[in-house]
Amino acid sequence: MSVVELPAPTRGRPWVNRKRSIRDVSTPVAIAVVLAAVANLVTGLAGPLGFYLAFVIFFAGTSLVFGLRHDKVKAIDKFATAFIVVGFATAFIPWASILVTLVQKGWPAIYGGYFTNDMAVTSADDELGMGGLSHAIFGTFLILIVASIIAIPLGILTAAYITEIRGRLSGFVRVMVQSMSGVPSVVAGLFIYATVVSRYQFSGLAGALALAILMLPTIARTAEEVLKLVPEEIRSASYALGASQMATTFRIILPSARSGLITASMLGVARVAGETAPLLLTSFYTSVFSRHLTGEPLASLPMYVFQNFTVGTDHALTRAWGGALVLLFLILMLFVVARTVAGRSRK
Amino acid sequence: METNQNRQVDGVIPATSMAEPATAGGSQSSTLDERMVTMSGLQTKGIHAWFGDHHVLEDVSLDFPANTVTGLIGPSGCGKSTFLRMLNRMHEFIPSASMAGEVFLDGEEIYAPDVDVAAIRLRVGMVFQKPNPFPSMTIAENVLAGTKLANIKVKDKDSLLEECLTRAGLWKEVKDRLKLSGASLSGGQQQRLCIARALAVKPTVLLMDEPCSALDPGSTLKIEDTIHELSDLITVVIVTHNMQQAARVSDYCAFFLSDGHPGRVIEADRTDIVFTSPQDQRTADYVQGRFG
Repeated sequence: MSVVELPAPTRGRPWVNRKRSIRDVSTPVAIAVVLAAVANLVTGLAGPLGFYLAFVIFFAGTSLVFGLRHDKVKAIDKFATAFIVVGFATAFIPWASILVTLVQKGWPAIYGGYFTNDMAVTSADDELGMGGLSHAIFGTFLILIVASIIAIPLGILTAAYITEIRGRLSGFVRVMVQSMSGVPSVVAGLFIYATVVSRYQFSGLAGALALAILMLPTIARTAEEVLKLVPEEIRSASYALGASQMATTFRIILPSARSGLITASMLGVARVAGETAPLLLTSFYTSVFSRHLTGEPLASLPMYVFQNFTVGTDHALTRAWGGALVLLFLILMLFVVARTVAGRSRK
Repeated sequence: METNQNRQVDGVIPATSMAEPATAGGSQSSTLDERMVTMSGLQTKGIHAWFGDHHVLEDVSLDFPANTVTGLIGPSGCGKSTFLRMLNRMHEFIPSASMAGEVFLDGEEIYAPDVDVAAIRLRVGMVFQKPNPFPSMTIAENVLAGTKLANIKVKDKDSLLEECLTRAGLWKEVKDRLKLSGASLSGGQQQRLCIARALAVKPTVLLMDEPCSALDPGSTLKIEDTIHELSDLITVVIVTHNMQQAARVSDYCAFFLSDGHPGRVIEADRTDIVFTSPQDQRTADYVQGRFG
């Protein structure tokens, strides 16, 4: 018995595009760079921004011309691709730049004690390696938690009223929510200053109230969009089972949209986590660790940054950058936690 | 599930004639007489329906005797689904909808002013064309959802769960994974899950809007078996585009047609008569697949 050896099949992925040769990409880039450099010198498109703008235009143009060697469809394809790539870079560069700058300038401020000490016995221009922002981290968490407790249920209920209950006032409420989202944050701060702070004093609770005003429209509008995405069939199924409107809304529709509602809440938190202006007028700042929500000012990360920035010495500025870096990572962590919780609901 | 005492129509159609319609046995009038005896089940009188100014359904008067299966057949857009949705007051969710006529459930007008709509929908269950299990719930929670939503106290949840899933022909397939999401099932299984969910609140009438249109033949047969078993206990009204299915599962058939007018019932009779010796030529043409 002789076994016929079949040739091994050539395995591949024919649906993946052939690798483009380097020249396909490098030639238009090189031409665009040269043209942009010339334009940079000759025309009004001066400076790095001018160079970048000229590069965008010439890169897209060159891609179009190169594409025309083949056919019209190919040319449009290349043109569009060039725009997408450049668009991505345009969005990515500022993002990366912020991150790099924050780490570069803020990193020197960070040491082990940074997260456990407050600034009670350290002044802003003391040597780095002294003091910290534990009071600001705690204060920010406290204010955000209280603001969330107020704004998240209210925002979701508002969205449920607009999309599910569809009461007589839902049109009016929607307009109010939309106009509320245009309220400048300092106005929310002034409002709480006038109504709460002027009668009592600066406090974390006042800060939370101001932030809740700012969170509410973000949460309500996002939640409204999320609830609209719940399929009509789910709603019908619930009503057909003899469920009331309340039962349908609270036991079927809201749980079905759970993941999206968590995202809506997170967007609300992220919207206000870095707000400084309203806190300046409401919770103000203290350099001492405090657990009290009322009766005295409460520190927060944005105010810590602001405070150190106004001092303005080298060390204080580094501390400000450090505070900004910590704030950024706290928000990032919040997002990761929320996404994990949201993702767990659907397996 | 409570058994209904008013089984007036027992024996009108021999069980054997269901799968293969026999030639006309009893005359039309005797069937109707027998229907008149009972007030249980579902009756409609002079039902009209509009969407905005569009008159979609005209003067439909049909009787659905208790514990029978009635098939609603007819070409697309003739108002069958609209009619079905009027039987459990789902029609009114469409903002532009309006209606005329009366629907009686066990002798009670369901469109009367002081009627509790939720209570009506508890008694008239519905299975939709597209399987729509609640995505946020497990299989078990889906089945029991109706009892929870309507705040019905259930003493023995496990046995209700098993009973409903068994009736829906799904128990054997899911009994080991009741804790999984309802969305993890196949389309056919999801539809049977929806049937189980509808049964858990013990309706006396079950409305089915093309329940098998998205299913494979195997799942379709299972659902048809389920309908057969259910018809001992409850009244079933099923919209279907599948002539063979109508012939297989229904005791009575109503043929709807719109052809330029608002949709109306051309002919309603025992299924074997509709399929073998219809009175109207259009019915004959439709059931034999000459149009539609």
